Amino acid sequence: MKYTKEHEWLRVEGDLVVVGITEHAATALGDVVFVELPEVETVVAEGDEVCVIESVKAASDILAPVDGEIVAVNEKLVDNPSLVNEDPLGAAWFFKMKIDDLSVLDELMDEDEYNDLIG
Amino acid sequence: MGRDRGGIVGWGLARLIGAGMNFRQINGRAALADDLLRLGLHDLHVALGGKMVPFAGYEMPVQYPAGVMKEHLHTRTAAGLFDVSHMGQVILRPKASYEAVALAFEALMPVDVLGLAQGRQRYGMFTNETGGILDDLMFANRGDHIFVVVNAACKTADIAHMTAHLSAVAEVVAVTDRGLLALQGPQAEAALARLVSGVAAMRFMDVAVLPWGGVDLWISRSGYTGEDGFEISVPNAQAEALARALLDQPEVMPIGLGARDSLRLEAGLCLYGHDIDTTTSPVEAGLVWAIQKARKAGGARAGGFPGAERILHELAHGPARLRVGLRPEGRAPMREHTDLYAADATPVGQVTSGGFGPSQEAPIAMGYVATAYAATGTRLEGEVRGKRLPLTVADMPFQPTTYKR
Repeated sequence: MKYTKEHEWLRVEGDLVVVGITEHAATALGDVVFVELPEVETVVAEGDEVCVIESVKAASDILAPVDGEIVAVNEKLVDNPSLVNEDPLGAAWFFKMKIDDLSVLDELMDEDEYNDLIG
Repeated sequence: MGRDRGGIVGWGLARLIGAGMNFRQINGRAALADDLLRLGLHDLHVALGGKMVPFAGYEMPVQYPAGVMKEHLHTRTAAGLFDVSHMGQVILRPKASYEAVALAFEALMPVDVLGLAQGRQRYGMFTNETGGILDDLMFANRGDHIFVVVNAACKTADIAHMTAHLSAVAEVVAVTDRGLLALQGPQAEAALARLVSGVAAMRFMDVAVLPWGGVDLWISRSGYTGEDGFEISVPNAQAEALARALLDQPEVMPIGLGARDSLRLEAGLCLYGHDIDTTTSPVEAGLVWAIQKARKAGGARAGGFPGAERILHELAHGPARLRVGLRPEGRAPMREHTDLYAADATPVGQVTSGGFGPSQEAPIAMGYVATAYAATGTRLEGEVRGKRLPLTVADMPFQPTTYKR
């Protein structure tokens, strides 16, 4: 598992990268009540706003962690946004991306580095 | 009066995630911790795990570990304890007669003060010369004086306003040695009655002075959640003991400002600075119920308050715009400042408060729309992140109120 400063996690699954938000982020957001997902086949650049996530307290974006193409989205989150609080690292993945070169993930934080960040 | 809240929620999160997740702060404003004041229950909030955020110049708890959703739902089913000590408590003590003070106070509001019976509380609002609202407030007839509770963010200005206009007939005394707690929810009476005898006999908007632990509590049967409940003014020295005694009751849990905001939104209640301000008149704001007959055209003391010309004109002919309830049809919350459009794309208004209603299990909002679009059931569109999404004008309160009348 890799992590970004924007509190996303990335997990390699075959030649795809699965993206979600960390438990720390889910806890900080509070009860999630709305998720808006990107269209499949959208080509995105690192830093693009690709998802909207709203809790009772606040709205925030999820940014594309790397360049690539969205190839799948987790529609379950649209009907059941609270999944983000219940299982942020598992069932509540947001989207899957196809990226040209998986080695870009090497630049991201590992678990220890992320834990240091959120200290 | 719950008021004062809307803006803060974004900050808590931005502060929480120090490393800066891209939170779009909702009405957020930065504030330096150094500038913030702490109130009497600060240490208790921290001990209870409260997330302290800047609010109206104070450090206040936005939520406790249970979170906004659970705190909200608990208040609707059991009882929630809120610290609202940041609000302004003011006594208007007559120099000569109570009536003279009541009449002078009436000259600041389109509200019947003189007709308020002893032991009763009423909602009011200070208006300005153009008929806008300077603040909304609660005031009570306590026999030999008037007790006023105003919003935290406005209290300095309110006290100056009252001092300027009432000093000939009253001493305007800011009560700084007392905290203010609100206990709200269907089990509030049962919880409070175990500690304080006499509260069960009170009706909605009654006020009473009742003893507890050797001190006088100033209690009103009111609040700002749409639920039955009480607001309790307590000497600072006993505030924590009272809060702990209430929290020891099985029904009661501590509730932060986040849930206070969603509760008042579901109850259709205005938040000053968001749903009402110096540009909105009480008539536009749908607060005509708070303008008693005596102050309307043909009444015993008609007019004679700041902005009477506009307010009486709007009462007679209708305002150009109205505050309405709004129900987005999808799941996307429509937050403050969301622009509203008619089906033919005519701009018709803006959302002033909006979010998710935990008891409604749906997004809800309120805002101002041109009067032609204010009828219940009117379909409008709100622009959210560049997309026009459907919503319907709805009756308020969204959540039926349970006041003990």
